[in-house]
Amino acid sequence: MSIPTDRKYLKTHEWHKLEGDLVVIGITQIAADELTDITYVALPKIGTKLTANARFGEIESVKATSDLYSGISGEVVEFNDNLNHNPGTVNTDPFETGWMIKVKPSDKAELDALMDSVAYGRSSGH
Amino acid sequence: MLKRTPFYDFHVSAGGKLVEFSGWEMPIMYRSIVDEHNHTRNSGSIFDVSHMGRLYFSGPDAEKFLNLVFTRDVSVQKVGQCRYGLLCNEAGGILDDVIVSRDKKNWLMVVNAGNRDKVVNHFHKVRHDRDLDFDLSDQTESTAMIALQGPKVIEKVSASLEAVKDLKRYQFVTDSFMMLIKYTVSRTGYTGEDGVEVILPAKMAGTAMKMLAGKFDQPEAILKPAGLGARDTLRLEAGMPLYGHELSEDVDPISAGLGWAVTLDKDFIGAEALRKINADGPKQKLVGIELEGRRIARQGAVVSGPTGTGVVTSGTFSPTLQKSIAMAYIPAADAAEGTALTIDFRGEATKAKVVKLPFYKRA
Repeated sequence: MSIPTDRKYLKTHEWHKLEGDLVVIGITQIAADELTDITYVALPKIGTKLTANARFGEIESVKATSDLYSGISGEVVEFNDNLNHNPGTVNTDPFETGWMIKVKPSDKAELDALMDSVAYGRSSGH
Repeated sequence: MLKRTPFYDFHVSAGGKLVEFSGWEMPIMYRSIVDEHNHTRNSGSIFDVSHMGRLYFSGPDAEKFLNLVFTRDVSVQKVGQCRYGLLCNEAGGILDDVIVSRDKKNWLMVVNAGNRDKVVNHFHKVRHDRDLDFDLSDQTESTAMIALQGPKVIEKVSASLEAVKDLKRYQFVTDSFMMLIKYTVSRTGYTGEDGVEVILPAKMAGTAMKMLAGKFDQPEAILKPAGLGARDTLRLEAGMPLYGHELSEDVDPISAGLGWAVTLDKDFIGAEALRKINADGPKQKLVGIELEGRRIARQGAVVSGPTGTGVVTSGTFSPTLQKSIAMAYIPAADAAEGTALTIDFRGEATKAKVVKLPFYKRA
């Protein structure tokens, strides 16, 4: 399974991609496959303040409910509204159209502390 | 060390994702739970249910014994008939939910994998305490069992197993295929669809699977393998209880809505307690719940109703109905259809209501 090299990861399977001034966050294919059919994604409202390594939402599948974590601190500026109606997008395209939130980071350097694709691949056993 | 069923190699080769279930290594899914669920509703699926316990009873006191431990009257059960019922403790708590089938010379009881050791020990104790003369043969590991479920199953399976055509619901027959494979087939299941369950010798499992599954990996295949994940969402839509969720030693069959599977006017272990519960009326009742929105109420979630609170036993997002559904024990006073409830999700209250079970009934 390929893990994009253009982003940073948490061992809880969230990816973080720097796009200009913002950081986009979603979950990896490994996590989506593990959850199986995703039925609901609970995302924070615009303006919500995030703390690094704290929970920002929840994801539910037919099988289980899991917490979503952010690896960085900052403020939510956008969330993927499409996931309200089509949560299965996270299963089919987790790295692109299945993105979850865009965050204005309080300190971009926090990204440096996260795992790169190689380290994440190793931690997830892939 | 986890136990493996005779279909283990098949699961691996078919891409099954294996998980631990009641001490067995079982496929939770092969493709996707929802895909397998829908294929069962629209066409047909093959489930490995070999982990379930298969216990055979014979000998002079077999009938007397079964009438003592089983909630239904087996003396009126005909040869070739299967019946669902419960095993209870003295307090009326449910030890297991089982299917008993009466054959010419013996009886078969299919029990839940997770309860097998417990009920076998219970049976040995009853036999000893009551000084009964019968033989109990546990053939779980010398046989295999598959469930074939879905609207196209009967037609498909009758082509190779002729006995299936004339089989009515909850009937079974023992026959042999090409004078080679001795099998028992019953028109039973746990999905809310028509279908059969087949027991055959463990060493014939591979051959039988090849015959039945055929080209299951082709998109147009009528029968495809399905795992425990789909089995769970299917049985939930069909309003069927699962031991460890809706059923346990802490609940009785009356509260669980299984009064129809209890013959109160015969003597069996737990009968006295159940007669009292039935006369007084149960304090809690198992109900179906429909939630607003897409959130899933999991086992243990707290439900609030007009007169008190209850607890969710199972929940899922129903692939067939496209609604969030759950079963829960709630105060009997709140159990009427349409009663407004709320379910708490980390402090966020979601609206829900009591609905009739089953959630899904086949056309």
